[in-house]
Formats: sequence, C-alpha cells, structure tokens
Amino acid sequence: MGRKLLIEHINVPGINTLEVYRQKGGYRAVEKALKTMSPDDVVEEVKKSGLRGRGGAGFPTGMKWSFLAKPEGVPRYLVCNADESEPGTFKDRHLMTYIPHALIEGMIISSYALGANVSYIYVRGEMMPQIRILEKAIAEAKNAGFLGKNILGSGYDLELYVQPGGGAYICGEETALIESLEGKRGNPRIKPPFPAIAGLYNCPTVVNNVESIAATVPIINDGGEEYAKIGVGRSTGTKLISASGNINKPGVYEIELGVPVEEFIYSDEYCGGIANGKRLKAVVAGGSSVPILPANLVMKTANGENRLMTYESLADGGFATGTMMGSGGFIVFDEDQCIVRNTWNFSRFYHHESCGQCSPCREGTGWMEKVLHRLEYGHGKLSDIDLLVDVSKKIEGNTICPLGDAAAWPVASAIRHFRDEFEWHVKEPMKSQSTNYGLANYAKPIEKAVAAEEK
Amino acid sequence: MLSVTHTEEIEFSPALLAQFSEIVSRYPEGKQKSALLPILHLVQAEYGWVSVPAMDKVAQFLSIEPIEVYEVATFYTMFFLKPQGKYVLEVCRTGPCCLVGAEKIMKYIEQKLGVKEGEVTADGQFSWRGVECLAACGFGPVLQIGPEYTFYENLTEEKIDKLIADLKG
Repeated sequence: MGRKLLIEHINVPGINTLEVYRQKGGYRAVEKALKTMSPDDVVEEVKKSGLRGRGGAGFPTGMKWSFLAKPEGVPRYLVCNADESEPGTFKDRHLMTYIPHALIEGMIISSYALGANVSYIYVRGEMMPQIRILEKAIAEAKNAGFLGKNILGSGYDLELYVQPGGGAYICGEETALIESLEGKRGNPRIKPPFPAIAGLYNCPTVVNNVESIAATVPIINDGGEEYAKIGVGRSTGTKLISASGNINKPGVYEIELGVPVEEFIYSDEYCGGIANGKRLKAVVAGGSSVPILPANLVMKTANGENRLMTYESLADGGFATGTMMGSGGFIVFDEDQCIVRNTWNFSRFYHHESCGQCSPCREGTGWMEKVLHRLEYGHGKLSDIDLLVDVSKKIEGNTICPLGDAAAWPVASAIRHFRDEFEWHVKEPMKSQSTNYGLANYAKPIEKAVAAEEK
Repeated sequence: MLSVTHTEEIEFSPALLAQFSEIVSRYPEGKQKSALLPILHLVQAEYGWVSVPAMDKVAQFLSIEPIEVYEVATFYTMFFLKPQGKYVLEVCRTGPCCLVGAEKIMKYIEQKLGVKEGEVTADGQFSWRGVECLAACGFGPVLQIGPEYTFYENLTEEKIDKLIADLKG
C-alpha cells in the first residue's frame, strides 16, 4: 500500500465537517505555519518538497510562488483553480466533495505564504453541490477562527470566497480564469505580463490547482524534505489519478509517484484490470490533451524499460513514443474501442471549447472535427489523414494559450500510433460502420531496434 | 443567439437583490463586475433562463453596459438564452463517458422524451442536451439537472426511466 497524504481519511464518516477533520489532525498545518513560520519559511518548505503543479503543466509550485511580485501597498491574490474540466479528470471534484477542509486549510497556508488577504476558489459552475460544500466548510472554518481577522492571534487576516464559473473549459487556463473572475468572457490574455506581475485586477496573482494547494498541508506538517522522499527523482510526493474508461474499478486513486503503469492498470489496489475480460488497447494517461499511447508503448518505453507513473517516465521518448502526466486523467480503452471515433469525439470537444480569439484554433479545431467526422462515418479519403496532421501542426504553437496544442496533440498522436486504423476506415467504409478494427498489433511488444529507429 | 421574443420588464425580488448585494461585497470596491457570473446563475435559478430584460436589469444593478452582460451570457454554455423545460437533462457526451455508453443513453433519452436535443416536451416539463465533460468520468455515463446541478451517475436505461418518473411526481 502506498502512503496517502491527501485522501487517507476520505472514508471516515463526517470527515467533511470541521470537527472530524480536526480530530484527524486537520488545521495543525495552519497552526504550525501561522504560529511558528514566516511566509518565506512556508515558501521554502514548498520549494524543498519539489511539489509540481497538479493541474497539468507540472511547473514547480514553490518556484511559481517565488515569482510573485510584491510591490508596496498593492494587494496580492491567490486564486485556486477548481475549474476541473479536462476530459478524464475528476480528482478535484472528489477532494472537494469529501474533504473540503483539506482545500481550505491549504488555501490558508498558501495565502499566508504569498501575503494574500483575499483569496478566491474558482469552481466550475456545474459543480454547484461542491460550491455549497465549500461555502459551508468556509463558514465552519471562519467560526473556529481559522479565517477572518487576526487568525489564531497571528495578526494575519484572510477572507476566502468561492466563485462559480459558467461552463467553459478554457477558464482552466489561468489568465482566462482571471478574466472570468473579473466578470468577463474567458479569453486568455497575452503573456507577458504574467499573472505573478499583473493578474487579478491587475495585481500580482498566483493561480494554483486544487490538488497543489491541498498538498501544502502534508508538506507543512511533515516538512518539505519528508515529502520529497516519496516518489522518484523530480517526481516527488503523491498524486491523485482519476481512472476512467474500460476498467474494473474506475475512481480516484492517490498513488506514490513511481508506481509502474502496468501495476496501476492491473493491480486490485488500483484499476483492477480491464473490464469484461477484454484486452487493453490504448491509454490516454494525463487527460484528453496528452498524446494517446497504444498498449505496448504505455506499459514499456521504447527502450524496453517499464514505464512508471512519473512526469519523466510518462514523457520518455518525447512525443514520438511517450506522453505526459498532465492532470492525471487516466483513460483506458479496451480492444472494442474505435480510436477514430474517440479522436473525433475529442476534436469536437476542443472545437466546442475554443474561445475563438486565435484563428488557427478557432478554425483549425472545426476543420479537424469535420475531417474526423467524415473519416469516422466512412466518407473519408486517404489524403484526409495527412490533411489532419497538417492542420494539427499549423495549430500547434500558433495560439495565445495552450488550448490549440491541447487540440492538436490528441489528433497527431492518434494518427502517429494508429494510422492503420484510420486507413482501414477509408478502405473499408462499410465494414467500419458495423464493426471495429480491434486490437490489431497495438499490444504486441515492440522490438527495441525498431523503436530506437522511430526515435 | 439572444432571444428578443420576451421584452416585458423584469423586477427582481428584494430577496434576490439582497443576494446580489452580498455577492458584490466579496470583491474590492469598483470591481463589482466580478459578481456577474454568480448573479447570472441566480437569475437563471429564479426564472429558468436568462432573458434580455433580465440581463438589462443585471447591467443596471452592476452599473455596467448591457453588452457586457450579453457578451458573457453568450460565452458561457451554462446560461440558457431561451426558455427550457422545467427540468433540463444535461448528459455528458465527451470521450470517457462514451467509452461506457453515453451515446446509447442520449438516444434513449431522446426516444423516451420524444423530443430532439434542445427542444421542450409538449407539457413544458423536460428538455435535454449533450454537454461537454462534467468531470465525473469514473462514474459515467452521467447527467446533471440544474439549478442545483444534482448529479446522476452510472446511468442505465432503467435509471433513466425511474428518474423521469420521479421528476414527473
């Protein structure tokens, strides 16, 4: 059993209440930070922990904090990104539903570290029940003196508010989220200036994911060095993985970074294997934006090493043969799933969610959806496959925010690894409507030499 | 598209206005526009959708231009710009839910309610639509029903039958 730092007590009855959360050691970290540490000490501990942003980008949290500008007399803000919308990802919902105080405790510690006196938790609007849960928990915390004026006699003041979104994936991008919090359309801003210099209301702002903020609680309780002992190399600590698709036990799992992918899929501690006795065909390991990998490449790297659930191992081989940790949205496809159909589905998602500011994304996502639709429904041409690659390349890197890349990668990677399935849809248009391409060679172990050449 | 079929003026109730004011107090002075999304949610919960007269009133309340409200209401997919059924079944149609049967569930709902996506049943009780990922992929297929956004998970045809029967009362 791996150690659990975030959701160890998730099954304790009443853990959503302040009383039970405190019985299980809750708010110790707030007391420790506010009574015995300076804000800079807290930043140092988070730096030592090696914690990397859990929303998807994996940028070191402590370093992000240290970039925050601190001009005299200008308020600073911490905004929690709880706009969880990346297909395949549902860990933040889980945490907020069952242990809301873990997020609130983390918000107090993090706000203290950054010198923010007003902080916001931006929750996607569809999570109205979670918004109610958080508001109730905030009221409890305030009542107990953990929020408001002069918290625990430390002289530090903090007000915490929950803000609902309106149903827009793009608001998970930090500058779009800030725009939305200002009451505007979620159009990402051109950077620089970065939010650390000019964010919410043009003031220095840090935006962090729910899980990153909650992780500061064990980091302060046990120390950054203890946290960094868990994991492998630069992938320290634990990570919440949202497991979905054709597996026996979908759900949210807290893993110590470094668990082999094979163990994660097949062990009863985690996904419990592929559902209905089917075989594994493919995995999207980090939310819909990251490259899809066939079964053989997700288990082993191109060099034949076991692939691990770490930022580095999942990315081993670059985009040629690897993928990314992303948000930890682990989507599993069995042998009956059609990669063309799923790629079309994802491209429809990105087309729907493009904010429309940048033409490569606004137009390109629509073209990709259209071309994939005709391939899926048996009206495609072989040249469509290269057309998709071409369009995806012209979106990638040519937009203000990463939504363009996020739309391009699933298409490019599906064609890179499953080109024969796309070709089959063109060559067998009738057959592709009534049956599917199946597992083919996608689980067949890769010869080392071939893989090396591909690299 | 904004619907201009409804033009009669709207007066918000004192209780609703009190909620608006509480929300405005969460932001620094002069930043009351931040209250726009939470207020639009309250308006939709009260009226079932967001009409142009309602948006004009919200603009007045927040001391902003009506266009600032329209551009926001048309950007975010949760806001209904025309009247809906009393219950709107919003079914997730994104990848992970489709791996476990969301498309079949949507077809079943369409057949069961007898209306196409976005249309309202003759008795005004129901409408339905496919929506993008609802962040509950491990429990798919899923649907939600506003204004409380109650969640229904691991959907089957039987569960849809029961849900619709329960809602009909």
